Amino acid sequence: MSERNQEYDFKWCPGCGDFGVKRALEMAINTFTEEFEIPRTSNVIVAGIGCSGNMVHLIDGEQPFGIHGIHGRSLPIAFGISSSRPDLNTIVVAGDGDFLSIGGEHIAPSAYRNPNITCIVMDNGVYGLTKGQSSPTSETGQITTSTPFGKLERKMNPLELYLTYGVSFIASHYSSKPKLLSDFILEAMKHKGMSIVHVQSPCTTYNDTYDILKGDRKKGIPGTAFIIDENHDPTDYDKAKALVAQEGVPLGLIYRKEPATINELQNKLIMDNPSKNVEDILSSYSI
Amino acid sequence: MNQKIISNDFVIRFAGEGGQGLVTSADAAAKAASRSGYYCQTFSTFPSQIMGGPASSQVRISTTQVLSSGDFVDVLVVLNQYAFDNHIQDLNQENGVCIYNAQDCVPSGEGNYFGIDADKLAKESGNTRAANMVILGAVAKLIDFKLESIESFIKDRFSRGRPGDEEIIKSNIIALSSGAKVAEKSGFNVGSLAPSKPPKHDQIIISGNAALSLGATSAGLDSYYGYPISPATTILVWMEQNLVQKDKFVFQVSSEIEAINNVIGAGFSGKKAMTATAGPGLSLMSEGIGLAWMAEIPCVIVDVQRGGPATGLPTKSEQSDLFACMFPAHGDVRLPILAPGTVEECFIIGGLALNWAERYQGPVIIMSEFSLADRSENIKKPILSNVIDERRNSKSSDNGFKRYQSLGKNGELSAMPIPGNQAAYVANGSEHDEIGDTTHLPKHHIRLTERRFGKLSLLNDAHFEIENTSSEIVIMPWGSSKGVAREAYEKLISDNLNIGWIYSICLNPLPKEVLNELRLKKIVIVPELNYQGQWSSIMRMDGINAVSVTQYTGLPFKPSELAEKIREKIKQTMEV
Repeated sequence: MSERNQEYDFKWCPGCGDFGVKRALEMAINTFTEEFEIPRTSNVIVAGIGCSGNMVHLIDGEQPFGIHGIHGRSLPIAFGISSSRPDLNTIVVAGDGDFLSIGGEHIAPSAYRNPNITCIVMDNGVYGLTKGQSSPTSETGQITTSTPFGKLERKMNPLELYLTYGVSFIASHYSSKPKLLSDFILEAMKHKGMSIVHVQSPCTTYNDTYDILKGDRKKGIPGTAFIIDENHDPTDYDKAKALVAQEGVPLGLIYRKEPATINELQNKLIMDNPSKNVEDILSSYSI
Repeated sequence: MNQKIISNDFVIRFAGEGGQGLVTSADAAAKAASRSGYYCQTFSTFPSQIMGGPASSQVRISTTQVLSSGDFVDVLVVLNQYAFDNHIQDLNQENGVCIYNAQDCVPSGEGNYFGIDADKLAKESGNTRAANMVILGAVAKLIDFKLESIESFIKDRFSRGRPGDEEIIKSNIIALSSGAKVAEKSGFNVGSLAPSKPPKHDQIIISGNAALSLGATSAGLDSYYGYPISPATTILVWMEQNLVQKDKFVFQVSSEIEAINNVIGAGFSGKKAMTATAGPGLSLMSEGIGLAWMAEIPCVIVDVQRGGPATGLPTKSEQSDLFACMFPAHGDVRLPILAPGTVEECFIIGGLALNWAERYQGPVIIMSEFSLADRSENIKKPILSNVIDERRNSKSSDNGFKRYQSLGKNGELSAMPIPGNQAAYVANGSEHDEIGDTTHLPKHHIRLTERRFGKLSLLNDAHFEIENTSSEIVIMPWGSSKGVAREAYEKLISDNLNIGWIYSICLNPLPKEVLNELRLKKIVIVPELNYQGQWSSIMRMDGINAVSVTQYTGLPFKPSELAEKIREKIKQTMEV
């Protein structure tokens, strides 16, 4: 149930990390819309399938445009939007299964093209909507409904993957501090090119990692999340690489560079080559 | 020497290995002939490899519109022994002549054939690359085609403002006449091509895929995304070359899964978007097509059919994707299908499909086919100012606007707002309510299922043909078999068989007039290139008494063979 639609019958579980991400995204959209003086309807949210995908129906305030598409394909849908309509603020919201598993094949080609898309990946290390199967970011050995004897595969390091493919803006955060998170989402929206904000967004039902992330002194849990050293230079690829190789979940901006976007390159190509009108093309087939 | 037969129609085939310039030879002959006022149609067959392998390319030249690739070959040019052995049976038994490459071919026995050493003669002309012209000269002589027309074609083709142009033109003309001399000396002649009856209108010579691309572009195509796959690749290449304009976007993406989702994104964002693929790519797109149907997003998917399933016959002819195109996705779907039957219809449908997608807010499938996509034909030059660029109704007010209302009493469809404007909504692949939010309530699933099927009736302005309504037997081809079926039909009519003709470029939804007529018929005979008889199966499902005449050789029908098969089918069904 959302504020604007009492009939809408989807609910996130109490305490779901996605609530925090939702608040952060709302703040970032509000600020971006005001700062760049664009209509709020120039924001387009593309969602995949999974708990995270329902974000698109739950944004409070005036409704942005949205697509709630199919599992794993939010990036190519977003590419169709942002390449055809570079004036829009195209945002992808996806989960770890959606983005990294079934949708994994789209990350590399997207990174090489560098479309102006902001991706918010909500990582809960589990398939929640289908009731608790293992995902690429589940721990090795983790017991889930689909790995009753423990997960056999190595756990994926998504940040390392993004960096290797050359995603031009990479930030990592968790859902517990929406205000801080929204700053990074806003930066990602402002970034010209493909940006990913990878958010640890725990699943309170199937994979509650709040304690592990934040730590709990009483329980003697140290906490895996750490704030990135303020001296970290995000333009330094090697330093970024060293950072993502560390144990734990870094909080902050990991990497940023500003290569031309695919639309900038395409515009240059159009400027450099004579524009073809249909009449001329037709005449080229004259007998 | 026999007296020369004057004919309205000749088929000239070049057979050899891929990479030997066979396609160029046929294209050059087609261009030269069409400039002289004849009608032409080319046809090629080649293996799925770049160089080598048995390949052939032919042109049919006629004084009237060419409908098919014909029954026999009147002039066969073979460049090696394999080509001789495998094509000689197609030679017209009455007065066809085969020219063989004297260097690589030793034909057995006696027959209507003679050798020519094209490479040697080309060398003597001063241009080792003019072997094709030697051959073309010989071919022209055999059918009494004026050498001057080819000379003027050569002059145009090689007048490129380069220093060597003069010499190249001269050597090509020498090569041409040396070939003609050999043919003359051979004593053979195939006949005399009747004088042309040039049409009054302007013409272009163009392939099916290029015509489709041009049609789409002239109707306002904004965005194209594609992935290379035979025989659809030429559409991607055409777009990369030509859709280079401000506010347009064309891109080769990394899979067909990307391409379908790209056009969905572009269509949602307000643009006219298209992708083209073949069978394997269509299979990868099926989930996306379901999304476009469910969330009601305009986009066009071109399926240039080849033989299937799996990799199948990537460079051959088959019409076997109809089930996959009409019912591509899981769940309750039935996609609008436009299937061009001629190169001219490729042009028309390229634009019409985009307009339909806008009008009914959903995906439209174009079903072309290898032999149609790849062949060149001279057609009437389209008048661009007649092409309509129809855009979706996007008018909406912010106040309580509902994107997914039920259809109005007269079938009106609620507007589809465009991002950046007011009345934002969520295009949802889950079942949804009026504003696009997910719902599982039966009332919405009923309402919107009916909306999705009901709005198909807006697609009611496609071309169809109904002839000889008095007959209880009718022939109804679809797609690329139209031309050859027409030729067979005319043969049967001239034999006083009482049969009718029905043709529709739209297979779903069938125009009411067509459906009504079909239901009155005792037998509807469908010539189609697949094993199961896919179109007749679908028509039977809709209560039409249809049977198929099938062929699954990887090649198009031949008109005389098809006429016989139809005759046979009529006999069988009437006996039952």
